[in-house]
Amino acid sequence: MEIATQEYKRVAVMSVTGRVDSATAPELESKLRGLVEADKNQIVLDLKDVEYMSSAGLRAMVSTLKAVKRVNGDLRICSPSPRVEEVLRLAGLTSIFSIHSSQEEAIASF
Amino acid sequence: MENQLSVPGRYDRLEQIAKFIEQAGEAAGLDTVAICRCQLAVDEACTNIIEHGYQGEDRGPIDIECEGGAGELVITIRDRARPFDAQTVPAPQLGDNLEEVQVGGLGVFFMRQVMDAVEFKREDGSNRLVLVKRREPHEPNEAD
Repeated sequence: MEIATQEYKRVAVMSVTGRVDSATAPELESKLRGLVEADKNQIVLDLKDVEYMSSAGLRAMVSTLKAVKRVNGDLRICSPSPRVEEVLRLAGLTSIFSIHSSQEEAIASF
Repeated sequence: MENQLSVPGRYDRLEQIAKFIEQAGEAAGLDTVAICRCQLAVDEACTNIIEHGYQGEDRGPIDIECEGGAGELVITIRDRARPFDAQTVPAPQLGDNLEEVQVGGLGVFFMRQVMDAVEFKREDGSNRLVLVKRREPHEPNEAD
């Protein structure tokens, strides 16, 4: 898994590539927590290049979403890959995330 | 194809396990969607074994065996961790209310959702989990 983060004036964009499983999800959660701790509470998570995600990845995303919502921020998803889309749907979590079709659209939504 | 894989219970072996399941699924004639679902179920099962069974990494092996044929893949996973009772796993709390969402228990939930049969057994001092995936010819929307 690789993670790249770009910080704009109001929004931080984190792009994830590769597998998000129990081996790699702790790193994703830690990097997301780092943004929240730095008061970057408006986050776009770009998941278009995620080739695989298990419940460990969902756990990291839900825990970050709860943290940012408490401080009036949000974690918005863009371009989820088909495998990410499927696990979100299987878990019934599509309604708690704001999901956008492109990074530009997700950034502009803040 | 080698139809058995034995690995130490470590999270960094999940990718190797996923590749093994992909090869077994292809050999059994499953389509890509079905193979992805098998990979998810096996990943969740192995994660549970490491996290809840062995209660940490490098505390015991995970043995996986695949038997395929006629569009069906039977995956048997064995571990030597403490007895596992799937009935005691709490169901995940899902839905629209974020503060009430609890994703613990999602692994067993996923296994039951994506596989055609899921059977947990305790035998000879080991936990045995059998996962079955059958080819689904009547799913035109889920073609590759």
